[in-house]
Amino acid sequence: MLISQHEQTLDQLQGLVEKHGDQRNALIPILQDFRDQSGQITDYAMQAVANLLKIEPSEVYGVVSFYSFLSERPQGNFVIRLCRTISCDMAGKQAVARQLENDLGITFGETTKDGRFSLEWANCMGVCDQGPAMLVNETLYTKVSPEKVGEILDSFKSRA
Amino acid sequence: MTQQATAANTEMIPVTIDGKETRVASGTTILEAAKHLGIRIPTLCYHEDLCVEGVCRICVVEIEGMWTLQASCTYPITQAITVKTHSPKVRKARRHILDLMFSEHYGECYSCARNNNCELQNLAQEYGVDEYRFGHPDLPIFNIDKSSFAITRDNNKCIQCRRCVRTCAEFQEVKALENVGRGNKTAIGTFLDKPLGEVVCINCGQCINRCPTGALTAKDQTDLVWDAIEDPTKHVVIQTAPAPRAAIGEEFGLEPGTPMTWEMNSALREVGFNKVFDTNFTADLTIIEEGTELILRLYKTLVQGDTSMPLPQFTSCSPGWVKYIEHFYPEYLGNVSSAKSPQQMFGAMIKTYYAEKNNIDPKDIVSVALMPCTAKKFECNRPEMADSGHQDVDFGLTTRELAKMIRESGINLPDMPKSDFDSPFGTASGSGVIFAATGGVMEAALRSVLEFVTGKQVENFYDHADIIPVRGFEGCRYVELKIPEEVGPVPAIIQHLVPDWNWIKGATVKVGVAHGTGNARKVMEDIKAGGKFSECHFIEVMACPGGCLGGGGQPIPTNLDIREARAKAIYAEDRAYGEAGKARKSHENEAVLKVYQEFLKEGPCGHLSHKLLHTDYTPRGKYID
Ligand code: SF4
Ligand code: SF4
Ligand code: SF4
Ligand code: FES
Repeated sequence: MLISQHEQTLDQLQGLVEKHGDQRNALIPILQDFRDQSGQITDYAMQAVANLLKIEPSEVYGVVSFYSFLSERPQGNFVIRLCRTISCDMAGKQAVARQLENDLGITFGETTKDGRFSLEWANCMGVCDQGPAMLVNETLYTKVSPEKVGEILDSFKSRA
Repeated sequence: MTQQATAANTEMIPVTIDGKETRVASGTTILEAAKHLGIRIPTLCYHEDLCVEGVCRICVVEIEGMWTLQASCTYPITQAITVKTHSPKVRKARRHILDLMFSEHYGECYSCARNNNCELQNLAQEYGVDEYRFGHPDLPIFNIDKSSFAITRDNNKCIQCRRCVRTCAEFQEVKALENVGRGNKTAIGTFLDKPLGEVVCINCGQCINRCPTGALTAKDQTDLVWDAIEDPTKHVVIQTAPAPRAAIGEEFGLEPGTPMTWEMNSALREVGFNKVFDTNFTADLTIIEEGTELILRLYKTLVQGDTSMPLPQFTSCSPGWVKYIEHFYPEYLGNVSSAKSPQQMFGAMIKTYYAEKNNIDPKDIVSVALMPCTAKKFECNRPEMADSGHQDVDFGLTTRELAKMIRESGINLPDMPKSDFDSPFGTASGSGVIFAATGGVMEAALRSVLEFVTGKQVENFYDHADIIPVRGFEGCRYVELKIPEEVGPVPAIIQHLVPDWNWIKGATVKVGVAHGTGNARKVMEDIKAGGKFSECHFIEVMACPGGCLGGGGQPIPTNLDIREARAKAIYAEDRAYGEAGKARKSHENEAVLKVYQEFLKEGPCGHLSHKLLHTDYTPRGKYID
């Protein structure tokens, strides 16, 4: 049987509501899990989760647009997030950013054509003493230099 | 909804503010304590109607012994403190806060709808803003959103006080507006940043009435109305709703609650309207149609066991409420009275009955409605509202827009001589007048239904025909009324619909009243859960707090005191009708009775009534593609 994208989204969200509960404070864990499963929080998903939690879609959008980790855009297999906050900036995040853009051939906010890498800015990751800090999916890299960028990317390129 | 000290915690604490001493209950905010002492602290994000958010910081004060300034609207007093509200440090901070606001504020006061009534402009003057220390945008940053029939959003003038967000969430529980984004990219937005006309918004305009700046305004149509007035081929008529009369004086410096009914009639003729009609005429007509529909629903459901017209019946005169139920509870649309709102009934009557009677081609009539309401602008543009063969009502003007037109005509409203409404609709009944207050439609309907059923004057049951139990400002009200054992004959006007009153004598009629759609939601949830409101026969809902008198098109500012003053004026006018020997009940309105003799010959809820005066609704739901 062919099930529509909407039905699949709804199924997924219903499962997550069972797991995290239907109170409004379950919103963020549900969105995080949904992002991990689907790579993107769609317009429909925002409205569906609002309905399930008995809140309004605008509230969900307020949350999604606030957290850079909850993306409305489709994302690649590996999401690279570079910290743009002041300590990382002073530690040289700009050079790292240029290197990343150069090596991947995309700018921040974009995903490579093969759908493998996305480049995003992030706000403070709590390791201000070890900047520039960068996340690739869940893995944290500190004191990243332009030289190290190639090495890190290579280690992911070989993965599925 | 301000932070009041709780009863359990009534310890009195000494406070000194600007050298004045007092004692306040623990938990009182500095802002409240200052107000109590007659000391004014400036505010922007604070609003008496809303919960405290503490985001603008303009209300900062210096507390002796504390290093940083504190926001007085959020600071609860729990121990003895000494406060300075305008020390040099405070004044400097306030200037900086204002300068920061202006660094992102693009707008010109001269062309702004809020010129001379803007809280930001006032503060700039008060604090002597003389330069833009942190810069000033030369170009607009945001596009102006004109997508809605009712509301225009200009985020360039927004200072992010979030009063609109709280209004829409707390009062209305619509949540059309939300803070979107983060940090310096934060802005007031909608779901997916869609234009307001495309998201779930009920057009109530409550957000406008609480916005301190010109960021939210009603869509201005005065230029189009002026064009019609200037056009010699057009016959321009205006109907005026009851709520604007009780409030328009505020636009001319009068105290809230100073009625301007008769002065306004003269002013409108001076402005150039060909005829001035009283919307209360169709309020009375609404009562006859809606009251008859209620009797039909009761008879069908309780006597004939026919479930095609479910109970409770909901009122339909508030277009904000109608859109709310279309979005949030579309499964209950069968419960909404099919009677159009008074504005739309009048529109249909003007371009048919009035046009015929006066030999005017309806296409040459421009029908304007003065309303306390922004949702009426949406309502008159509903595609189904063209039963006369033309758009029934061409323009819905708010009280504020009309005040502007009166000023432009060089008129000082309070100086105008008094004059009456034009025939053939004349002066309506007192029941039409009280439509403007929450509970008013219910009271008007009950007056007529009680007299229909008992054949006796309501005054026999309620002193002065004032049905006090349904009045008041409580958010949701539930009232039971007993129908007397002794009933009268069925009045001629509805004899074809019910044979006798035996089925209703001695019964208990259960009614509900709610104002503000947040309260309507409580009633709806109670109905869904099978609570007491599910047993009601008739429920009145007004989308705006206080009813139409607190509508989104009324003069700014608004608060509970102002709304109560307007309500007083409205009930006083109803009383005055009685004292002057004029009709106070809808079914006593001569002009209405004449319409049933001459035009709507099959009587209330008859075929022609159904064509012109009734409508159906659109289940909208909440999903957006
Ligand atoms: S919002 Fe106030 S300060 Fe801004 S342009 Fe309008 S009147 Fe002037
Ligand atoms: S008009 Fe009413 S529903 Fe629409 S945004 Fe304003 S307060 Fe909310
Ligand atoms: S639109 Fe008005 S009420 Fe809303 S945040 Fe901006 S200034 Fe405040
Ligand atoms: S009025 Fe106190 S912080 Fe805005």
